[in-house]
Amino acid sequence: MTTAPSSGQSTGANEENYVAPTPATVTPELLAQHSITPDEYERILTALGRVPSLTELGIYSVMWSEHCSYKSSKVHLKRLPTKSGRVVQGPGENAGIIDVGDGWACAFKIESHNHPSYIEPHQGAATGVGGILRDIFTMGARPLAVMDSLRFGPIQRGSQADDLVSKNHSIVEGVVSGIAGYGNCFGVPNLGGETKFEPCYSGNPLVNAFALGLVKIDEIFYGKAAGVGNPVIYVGAKTGRDGIHGATMASEEFKEGSEQKRPNVQVGDPFMEKLLLEACLEAMKTGAIVGIQDMGAAGLTCSTCEMGARGGVGLDVELDNVPQRETGMNSYEIMLSESQERMLLVAEKGREKEVLDVFAKWGLDAVIVGTVKPESRLRIRHHGVLVADIPNESLTDDAPIYHRPVGEWSAPVLVEPSDDAQVALSEPRNYTADLRKLLASANVSSKRWVHEQYDTMVQTNTVQGPGGEGGVMRIKGTGMPRHERGLAMALDGNSLWCYLDPKLGAMHAVAEAARKVALTGATPVAATNCLNFGNPEKPEIMAQLSAAIDGIAEACTALKTPITGGNVSLYNETRGEGIYPTPVLGVVGILDDVTKAVPADFQRSGEAILLLWPIPRAEEPNPDLKVPFEPLPISQYPLPALEVKPRDEAEPEGTEAETSADLIAFGSSEFAKVVLGSIWGRPPALDLAAEAELHNLLGILAHKKLISSARDLSDGGIAVALAESAFSHGIGATVEQEPALMANPLFGVFAEPASTVIVSAKQANISEIQKLASESNYFSARIGATGGDRLELSIYGDPVISASVAELKEVWASALESALHDEVTA
Amino acid sequence: MKAHVYVTLKTSVLDPQGQTIQNALRKIGFTGVDGVRQGKYFVLSLAKGLTLEAAKAEVERVAREVLTNPVIEEYTYRIEE
Amino acid sequence: MKFGVLVFPGSNCDHDTYNVISEIAHQPVTFLWHDSEDLQNVDAVLVPGGFAYGDYLRTGAIARFSPVMQAVKRFADAGGIVLGICNGFQILTESGLLPGALMRNAGLKYICKQVHLRTETTNSLFTNQLTKGEVLQIPIGHMEGNYYCDAETLHQLESEDRIAFRYCTPKGEITREANPNGSLENIAGILNAGRNVLGMMPHPDRSSEKLLGSADGWKIFSSMVNALATR
Repeated sequence: MTTAPSSGQSTGANEENYVAPTPATVTPELLAQHSITPDEYERILTALGRVPSLTELGIYSVMWSEHCSYKSSKVHLKRLPTKSGRVVQGPGENAGIIDVGDGWACAFKIESHNHPSYIEPHQGAATGVGGILRDIFTMGARPLAVMDSLRFGPIQRGSQADDLVSKNHSIVEGVVSGIAGYGNCFGVPNLGGETKFEPCYSGNPLVNAFALGLVKIDEIFYGKAAGVGNPVIYVGAKTGRDGIHGATMASEEFKEGSEQKRPNVQVGDPFMEKLLLEACLEAMKTGAIVGIQDMGAAGLTCSTCEMGARGGVGLDVELDNVPQRETGMNSYEIMLSESQERMLLVAEKGREKEVLDVFAKWGLDAVIVGTVKPESRLRIRHHGVLVADIPNESLTDDAPIYHRPVGEWSAPVLVEPSDDAQVALSEPRNYTADLRKLLASANVSSKRWVHEQYDTMVQTNTVQGPGGEGGVMRIKGTGMPRHERGLAMALDGNSLWCYLDPKLGAMHAVAEAARKVALTGATPVAATNCLNFGNPEKPEIMAQLSAAIDGIAEACTALKTPITGGNVSLYNETRGEGIYPTPVLGVVGILDDVTKAVPADFQRSGEAILLLWPIPRAEEPNPDLKVPFEPLPISQYPLPALEVKPRDEAEPEGTEAETSADLIAFGSSEFAKVVLGSIWGRPPALDLAAEAELHNLLGILAHKKLISSARDLSDGGIAVALAESAFSHGIGATVEQEPALMANPLFGVFAEPASTVIVSAKQANISEIQKLASESNYFSARIGATGGDRLELSIYGDPVISASVAELKEVWASALESALHDEVTA
Repeated sequence: MKAHVYVTLKTSVLDPQGQTIQNALRKIGFTGVDGVRQGKYFVLSLAKGLTLEAAKAEVERVAREVLTNPVIEEYTYRIEE
Repeated sequence: MKFGVLVFPGSNCDHDTYNVISEIAHQPVTFLWHDSEDLQNVDAVLVPGGFAYGDYLRTGAIARFSPVMQAVKRFADAGGIVLGICNGFQILTESGLLPGALMRNAGLKYICKQVHLRTETTNSLFTNQLTKGEVLQIPIGHMEGNYYCDAETLHQLESEDRIAFRYCTPKGEITREANPNGSLENIAGILNAGRNVLGMMPHPDRSSEKLLGSADGWKIFSSMVNALATR
């Protein structure tokens, strides 16, 4: 293993006095510590033409880690759509960029910080936010908003072993305070996102941070070095020993004892980051900056070789010049440090002072550490001695790519409900009590406790903050005066659905994220994804990943939301148990007039509530639906669920097959999981063409100012959707559920059909809404009216839910906090 | 020479952090702790050649004028040779 | 009339405050960098929210030593109008321009939400466009907004009619539930003895446009504009 190859492209050999970096004593143990396989080591020997130095080995180890190289996912990621007329920058840069009009562009991206957030929740989450913010402002964009997609283990006592639940509590507390502490100080509003709980995330929480920023389209900066002789400048925080091998850690399964890797976790300094933001944007204005990249995962290593590779040049760096926080650091440590709040930039030769002056004004370290060279090699010296000399491409484009075996994945979950579930389904039920249970459940309950810790309003652009469907920001200085343009954004991912069917589940994630954006009236235009999966060396995990990517590709194509970037996080397993496959999608949309943004909550009493759902393909609109329905008392409705008969034998719909599809989908609902304590079946069907039509329809309804609120049927079905619409302003509703959506009354109230939304509107607008809906191939039924202080829902004329809005709200609003404060009583 | 400066809230001022810690201690089962006051701790490395008198004067001023807010906080310090 | 917005390293509502003056009040406004004692002949100083110097020692503790604050003290002593919002209020108390201190919220967490304020006095340059008892909806966003002062100071504030705003219910009742941070006597904002300096934790800069949820905060800025115009 230590034998050097006989022939190699000994690079600097033609230079006088060239002394190659001192070879390391390479042993199998050393390679294992660096997570480098014997095959990969052979590649290193070939690329270098000699035995690597220890510093070089460290550099290869981080650059070829899953986290930096995407070696397991790259071949699959190629299937994602990445182009459209709006895409200015697709995947491969620090962030994706789209054209939003009026000379403005927006940069956005989502990234995971899962493993660090388990080891040290507060700092792990904080530095996750810091990293994604740097990805945005390194492109010249001022961060406008952040959101987070969070997954935790259960927090309700009794749901898992007490020590696990307690640990989950502290992870939730730490992650939320970390996100808050960083974003609040930095001064970027947090628009929420989503917070979900499943047992599989105990011991492997997910923290996916999304950020979006604005930049003038002709003032975008790239992470590309150019101009031989130009100075390479290091700016920001000093380098310490923190986070060494963080990138490698994030690419390994968690094993017992990895908590002891604690020093690996970096500590964030949001104040420094705020100064870095202001200084970088000001320095960019001087026109003297050629390229700029943040030092995130793999720190100085990643920024030096990537900037060089993108520009086809090399960076020659002397580590003695790197500002250091600790004494006695060696080259290995300096190159691999993941100290936060640092940037690397290339300036125009002769104009260094202009750049350095800006950083001095902001009290930041800015030091020339190297020079741009013509050869595309990364050359690192320490105390004048060459310690690394590597062809850039071998670290980036030529990094190993694996075609890992893709096996089969089939969730170990029955398609049909269990006997117990069937009994529960057919029992007479108190729907109001069921609704309370859902409202108090971890996934449905209010996330106010989370959001109130975030500054959601700084920068004074927040038109719709957390708690609604999508977040909506205005863009100052665009569009018409007082009618500026807006950006809407949302995150979504239903991991249970992806577990049951990775492809369909991933399609739903795209569809729902885009739907949330469309519900605000915006046109969804682009997406970013964060793919959180288990160990890719297991063929069934690769099957999940591959299928999910297929689903995302199909949905993003159909909904015209290309992927402009993102992140893959693999090895999300603890003690051999993988998480649910969890692709998280972030979708961004544009509103031409932000004053037309549609909220998710009922706005006033006395308005009509309409239900919109797609007309099934290959079927004509059913004229019967327009005829007033003859209510049948619920007591006479045929139960149990499995033996549901068509309610009218003469009607063509409601066949056995359809009933069965509804039953199968119901097993993946929040109701089945929370109320029945049982999971079966597959996710609901999704018609992407119909989904696209819905987004278009919602845009028209908003543009014509026909609707006052819009919300989709999601976790907990129409019952939860109505309750949540009522909470914000305490406006109740009286609703008769549309019979066409009910194969069974229970499904009519709690099922979660795709592409189905409720809107509230002035009575005078109903006919126009219905006309437009039908033009978009949507059914629209007026199912009730807003008003009063109660939620009344009936089916077939029988009241099934009746409760005061205030009482339901109390249950929903307090659940999360009470669960978190529920200590073990010894 | 080093100065160790301890800053705490005045006893007359409510200390919710201290109370929260105290409540937690009771829950965990530390019955021997009757009260907790939390605060901040600073280590000042003093310039070489400073006399003890001069050091005391310097530390007093730093503690009084910068490290504490006299409306709500008080301080103590010790100097280590 | 010309407004000046202070900028410390870590200020993050400086642009928001600037924007209200330039885009809504349509008045001249300039940023005043922390490093200079030159107030550029402004007629009013706005100390914005944020995390000056990271709030790393205590909120506002380091900012008070900056050159610009020495100038602001002289400006206020001479009767100049100074409004401190959120971190700005914290800086003004640390600087001694306003009495008392802002401690960690009773709930120990950062809180960002809409709250209601009752106007306690209209006798000021900041509240002359309001009516006594008027309820305003203005958001807060802070970790240290729990106002504290000793009994003597409180008595003085009350007897001199220097409490500008208290946290209240939407109907204007002063209750414990309406108090978001444990603040003494629900105090949200106070005036100095000269009534030319106001510090408040809630953010009128975030509530000066209906689009953002409330325009009630605008009344405070328009009171200032009105006061300056008639001065």
